[in-house]
Amino acid sequence: MKILVCISHVPDTTSKINFTDNDTNFDTNGVQFVINPYDEFVLTRAMWFKEKQGAAVTVVNVGSASTESTLRKALAIGADNAIRINAEPKDGMSVAKEIAAVAKEGGYDLILAGKESSDYNGQMVPGMIAALLGYNFVNGCVQMDVDGTRVSATREIDGGSESLQTSLPLVVGGQKGIVEESDLRIPNMRGIMMARKKPLTVLESSHPNNATNSVSFEKPAPKGAVKLVAAENIDELINLLHNEAKVI
Amino acid sequence: MSVLVYASSSDGKFKKSSFEVVSYGKKVAEELGIKLIALTINANDVTELQNYGADTIVSVNNTALNEFNAKEYASVIQQVAESKASKVVVIDSSIDGLYVGPLVSVALNAGYASNVVDAPSSTSPFVVKRKAFSNKGFNNTEITTENKVIGLAKNSYGIHENLVAASVENFEASVSEPGVKSTSIDKAIGKVTIADADVVVSAGRGLKGPENWGMVEELADVLGAATACSKPVSDLGWRPHGEHVGQTGKPVATNLYIAIGISGAIQHLAGINASKVKVVINTDPEAPFFKAADYGVVGDAFDVVPQLISKLKDFKAQNS
Repeated sequence: MKILVCISHVPDTTSKINFTDNDTNFDTNGVQFVINPYDEFVLTRAMWFKEKQGAAVTVVNVGSASTESTLRKALAIGADNAIRINAEPKDGMSVAKEIAAVAKEGGYDLILAGKESSDYNGQMVPGMIAALLGYNFVNGCVQMDVDGTRVSATREIDGGSESLQTSLPLVVGGQKGIVEESDLRIPNMRGIMMARKKPLTVLESSHPNNATNSVSFEKPAPKGAVKLVAAENIDELINLLHNEAKVI
Repeated sequence: MSVLVYASSSDGKFKKSSFEVVSYGKKVAEELGIKLIALTINANDVTELQNYGADTIVSVNNTALNEFNAKEYASVIQQVAESKASKVVVIDSSIDGLYVGPLVSVALNAGYASNVVDAPSSTSPFVVKRKAFSNKGFNNTEITTENKVIGLAKNSYGIHENLVAASVENFEASVSEPGVKSTSIDKAIGKVTIADADVVVSAGRGLKGPENWGMVEELADVLGAATACSKPVSDLGWRPHGEHVGQTGKPVATNLYIAIGISGAIQHLAGINASKVKVVINTDPEAPFFKAADYGVVGDAFDVVPQLISKLKDFKAQNS
């Protein structure tokens, strides 16, 4: 089984979010970039398929050379090789087209991605890749097993879960549950040393058109100070929620 | 030319988010000066949608579509959009809506913006505001393609009544053999889900152990709320994973969010920030949650919560 794992290069979840150039660009100053947390779950699942079922695992990212540190981290976790598609990611559609072209060319059976990235949260790219390639697609996946070309998977639904049967080739948008957080792999020294020797191929962009443009960014409106209510005066809290906030 | 909204239903009944999607579609249709078409799949009382401005209601009834299937539902939306020359398609940003959205986008060769929080600020160029950076910012996005798909964030635009006399049409959609088949659904019956709830009561490590969740459930019961928890609580196994809200858990965009014994880590706040009114109950006045909340009580949950339950019961008795 050939697995392609899509890796987004995103600001660390504790980053302060600021914008520059008249609010048209994200301010990367002082921001540490990491593997998208949703992608970490599917990458660890891919390692399981590699170790138990002999799968070959390639990681892919669409980005400039500055994202290679993130791909090296994925190699240190255990991926066999990495591909960087040399393009600035412009929107979900163009990124999906870049990855779909590489996925088709490489004949991957299973394409794994986090269901969303923690920067744009669009939940677009995995579904678009599947639709572009005509592959089966499971989103919000919290469990999956592969037997030959048959796949059983579970996805999260409102208030529960749904069990699914499908087959390869398949695209999966995964989340916590596909592996548990306690099972997430962190690179160890040996992995980091080995990662330096693993192939990282840079491919030229297929120059797809983007379908959306980022115009500007905004921060949430500043919030007023919290209104404190004394623990002895819960009637006042109910009064505020009823008459002022009008939520009860 | 038209705007098409997909008004989702569950067991034949519309959810509130469907009325919000129709309200939003009406606004876009008015801005563009074109008609609004609402698509329903196996819904019962489809005329309900005319209360929110649907000029035409397209009703698809097919037992092969009884269970949600992303690819099949996307195909139905595509078929209707093409037959009605729909330039803008609006879908909700529920779990299923976000599953379908990208498939519709590729099928219609349309630019797609999900988690959109407001009406377009301009229709030429077509610019919408969407959530970004896990609720720590917004991105104004221009959709440059002729066809456009919008995923509307829950509880963002609101439900606006706008009674029109709608015509109802039945539509025969072609359905193929699905590549992903549902084998079973595991769902708690009669429980308010976090996605549907108007109020969410959430608790953290401050509760000291899973045995103390009785009062959280009782408070949720009084408010008709869903229960949720912080990440450490689900990691410790005190509560099921499905209750974990925050950046890597479920997002919450509710009217009222009550946080009990949750300090308010940045990842937790990112996940719940879209909620309208936030109340925090915590013993530590320095807890970061107080900076994010609208109302706060500095106090011991074991003292405050039982009081709140009893006073809310009195309040409900007087106001019902």
